[in-house]
Amino acid sequence: MGKRKVVPFGPQHPVLPEPIHLDLVMEDEKILEAVPNIGFVHRGLEGLIEKKDFNELIYIAERTCGICSYQHGMGYTETLEQIMGVEIPDRAKFLRSTWSELGRLHSHLLWLGLLADGFGFESLFYECWRIREKILDLHELTVGARLIFSVNKVGGVLRDITPEMQKTILETLDVVEEEVKNIQKTFLYDYSVQSRLKGIGVLSLQQVHDLGCAGPFARASGLNLDMRKLGYDAYPYIDFEPIISTDGDCFARCDVRTREIFQSIDIIRQIFAKMPEGDIAVPVKGMPNGEATVRIEQPRGEAVYYVKGNGKKLLDRMRIRTPTFANLPGLLETMKGADLSDVPLLILSIDPCISCTER
Amino acid sequence: MGKVKNSPWLLHYDGSSCNGCDIEVLATLTPLYDAERFGIENTGDPMQADILLITGGINTQNQEVVRQLYNQMPRPKVVVAVGVCACTGGVFKDCYNVLGGADSTIPVDIYVPGCAARPQAIIDGIVKAVELFQKRSDRHDRYEIEQKEGGNANG
Repeated sequence: MGKRKVVPFGPQHPVLPEPIHLDLVMEDEKILEAVPNIGFVHRGLEGLIEKKDFNELIYIAERTCGICSYQHGMGYTETLEQIMGVEIPDRAKFLRSTWSELGRLHSHLLWLGLLADGFGFESLFYECWRIREKILDLHELTVGARLIFSVNKVGGVLRDITPEMQKTILETLDVVEEEVKNIQKTFLYDYSVQSRLKGIGVLSLQQVHDLGCAGPFARASGLNLDMRKLGYDAYPYIDFEPIISTDGDCFARCDVRTREIFQSIDIIRQIFAKMPEGDIAVPVKGMPNGEATVRIEQPRGEAVYYVKGNGKKLLDRMRIRTPTFANLPGLLETMKGADLSDVPLLILSIDPCISCTER
Repeated sequence: MGKVKNSPWLLHYDGSSCNGCDIEVLATLTPLYDAERFGIENTGDPMQADILLITGGINTQNQEVVRQLYNQMPRPKVVVAVGVCACTGGVFKDCYNVLGGADSTIPVDIYVPGCAARPQAIIDGIVKAVELFQKRSDRHDRYEIEQKEGGNANG
C-alpha cells in the first residue's frame, strides 16, 4: 500500500478555461477521493434582484454564462411570462427555438474542441473551433452579436429571422454538416482517440439516476431525460427523439454530443419548414405577481428557473439551478479510482460551466 | 506595431467572468483570428508568462489567486484586462461579492472594452501589449547593462 498524498488541481490549470479547485487524495497514481473547492467565479448574481427591475434582469440572467447565454435569458423570460399569464405569438416560439438550437450547436462544437485539446489533439481542436466560427457568423447575421444576444423580452422577441436569413442559415448548415461528418470520423473511429476515451470514467444508469445527473452526461449512461420533450416553445411541432447511449464512459459522452449536433441541424431545418407567419411579440402590461418554475434543456442539461414576484418592479426571488451543478456529484464519483492523467478528461466530460454553477 | 525582437508568452486567467470573454480569448488564439501570428504563445504556466490576460472582475475568493499569479510572473510583465467586467466590474459591479475590476488588485496596463469583448478588440489589446512589453524589455536590458558597467567602474 502506497503513501497517501494530496495533489492540488487548479484553480489555474492549462486545460481548464475556468477556475475550479480540486484536492485529489492520491495513493500512488490512483485517486481515492476528490474534494472540490468552488466559489472562484461566484458573483452573487441572484442578489441583483434588489437593485435591478425585472426587465433589466433579463440582461443579467443572460450573463450567467457566456456559452448558453441565450437560453438563460430565455428561461428567465419564460418564467416571467408564466407568472404574468402572457401567451407569446407562435412565430416568437419558433424563433426562440431556432436560437436555442444554434446555441446548442456552437456549445457542442466548443466542447468537442476542448475535449480534443484535453487529450492533446491540437489540430482537431482547431478544426472544431474553425467550424464553430461559422455558427457564430450566423448569430451575428441574425442578432448582430457573437455570444450574448439580448434578443428576448417579456412577450416575445426583439428581432425576426427573415426568409433571406433562413436561406443563408440553411446553406451554412449544409456546409457545417459535411464538416462535422469529417471530424466525427476522427472522434469515433480513430484508434488513438478511442484508446484515450473508451472505458474512462464509467457511470452506470443506476448511479446516474441516484446522483441526479442531467443532460448529455446522463443520456450517455442510458437515462432518457430531455427537457425538450416537455414541449415548450416550438418543440411540440418538431419530430425528434432524445439521443441515448448505454456505455456511460467518456467515449459515449463524446458520441452523444456529436450525434446531437446533427440532431440540432435537423431540428433547425424542421423549424424553418414549419415556421408560421405573424407577429414576433405581444404588448405586455403590469408587474409580475406570483411565482413560477420553468425547466428547459440547455446544451449541458436541464436548467430550472424559479421566480417570485410581489406586484412591484423589484422581484422577491430569482433562482437558477444549472446543469453543471447537477453533474458535479457525478464527476466526483467518476474520479474515484481514476488515474491522475485522466483527471482533465473527466472534468471535461461533464462539459463543466463553472460560471453557471457559481453565478 | 514596431519591430518585435522577443516572443512574449501569454497567460490567460478567468477571474469571475461569465465565460463570454473567456471563450472569445480562446477563439482569438484559434485559426480564424490567429493571434499567434504576432509571435505570442499561449502558456499555462505563470512562471514562463510575460503577458497576463485577465477576464472578469475580482471577487473575495479569487483575489489571492490573481495576486499570486501576478507575483509569480517574471519582470517585465504586462497586464491586459479583457471585457467590461475586468475593466470596471461591468454589470456585476453592484453584486455583493465583486470587489471591482482587475485594477482593484493588480496594476493593469491595457483595457479592452466589450461585453463580450470581440476577437478584433482582443487582438488590438494583445498587439498593444506586445509593443509595451518590448519597450519594457528594452528598458530592463538597458538597466541591467548600466548596473553591470557601473559595478565595473566602482570595482
